[in-house]
Amino acid sequence: MGDLVTMDDLTNDEILSVLGDANRLLPVAKGTLHLPLLEGKVLANMFFENSTRTRMSFEAAMKRLGGSVLNFSSVGTSVAKGETLFDTMQMIDGYADIAAIRHPRQGAAQYSADSVEIPILNAGDGAGNHPTQTMLDLFTINNSHGSLDGLNVILVGDLRYGRTVHSLSHALVRFGASLTMVSPTSLRMPKEIVSDLRSHGAEVNEAESLQDQIPDADVIYMTRIQKERFPDEDEYAKVAGIYKLRASDLSGVKKAMIVMHPLPRVDEIDPSLDSTDHAKYFEQAFNGVPTRMALLCRSLGVEVPKKVS
Amino acid sequence: MSEMRRVTAIRNGTVVDHIPSGRAMQVIRLLRIDTDRSTPVSLVMNVPSDKIGRKDVLKIEDRELSHKELDRLALIAPSASIAIIRNHAVAEKMMVELADDLVNIARCSFSNCITINDREPLPQRMRVVNRDPLEIRCYYCGRGQDIEELIEKIL
Repeated sequence: MGDLVTMDDLTNDEILSVLGDANRLLPVAKGTLHLPLLEGKVLANMFFENSTRTRMSFEAAMKRLGGSVLNFSSVGTSVAKGETLFDTMQMIDGYADIAAIRHPRQGAAQYSADSVEIPILNAGDGAGNHPTQTMLDLFTINNSHGSLDGLNVILVGDLRYGRTVHSLSHALVRFGASLTMVSPTSLRMPKEIVSDLRSHGAEVNEAESLQDQIPDADVIYMTRIQKERFPDEDEYAKVAGIYKLRASDLSGVKKAMIVMHPLPRVDEIDPSLDSTDHAKYFEQAFNGVPTRMALLCRSLGVEVPKKVS
Repeated sequence: MSEMRRVTAIRNGTVVDHIPSGRAMQVIRLLRIDTDRSTPVSLVMNVPSDKIGRKDVLKIEDRELSHKELDRLALIAPSASIAIIRNHAVAEKMMVELADDLVNIARCSFSNCITINDREPLPQRMRVVNRDPLEIRCYYCGRGQDIEELIEKIL
């Protein structure tokens, strides 16, 4: 019931309700208010692949709400000895009340959700989905623009392997966004995703040049070209560093336009942009805490009070 | 002479009719008849059909296809009709029907799907997301499946 594997697990109303909860939990996320809504609850952080922000913000979210966290890493554990995902998850089913799972293989989150009783939150499965990242992205967009409706969003970089843009684009079109997908030919958005987006009636354009798209954008969502997803180094070298955004590129942009990035960045966003009002990527990284707090509460069936004080 | 009589009528077994023209060999592979040396099989290809233009027909002697085999058949011959023959008479008629959820019919063809590890115990599952044109995706990883590749990965 409380699983979050893809954005299809949430209706638009549920998305807005979670974002409202996250907003009310902001003082708790910042540590200025104590609200132990999840006291006595245990989160298992199941990271079969490296993560910094996602793992830590899940941990911060759980602890700020009074819960505790079991951290699992596949290095040096039974997984290295050849244990199946099914067996590993059976163990966790007995140890924790909820699990966040990141796995290099696509479909691992759905597979886990079908293997256990406790709710599963997908924290990234291969090049598949990353819905909790999408929720914090939507939170950031909503708080900057005051609404999610009808925005012009430019997605840039690795759209083929980048799971954050897969989940985000699905969610954005449900709120009437126009999407422009800027990527090298070898890293274009998978065709079944583009076809899904268009079947929602969304305007989806594909382009290779970033500069032409900047003036009309409400959101520019940059992503890293992920070296680790390439089968060989030569293929990576052909496209590495292809898109770079500098403060000087933003002279003619809309005043409210925001630049986002799921981080870590390499050289896609020049540090000259950090001090502009358009830069939202560090705020976006912090937003993982209140958003994941709200998602943990939802999945565990704990209501966030209408007035948090 | 009726089209069905191009080959001898069978006493007991299964007739698979209305296979899309040219697909009979795939059906033979899919039903694993090609490795079964004990079953006489008659094959007619490219005969005119009122229903589907041109069709292939298979007659498999002394073997009755199971419902699970019919589910597999739906992947490549969704319009096929099946007659189970006993003592020269049609004992049962069945239509192939493609279910929305295909459980343990074929293995996902995506090399990075979680189900690629054949020690994982949960069933292989595919979802039919569109019927015309046929579009099938892995329930777990969501990847669209190439139907020809999927036929190679039938369980």
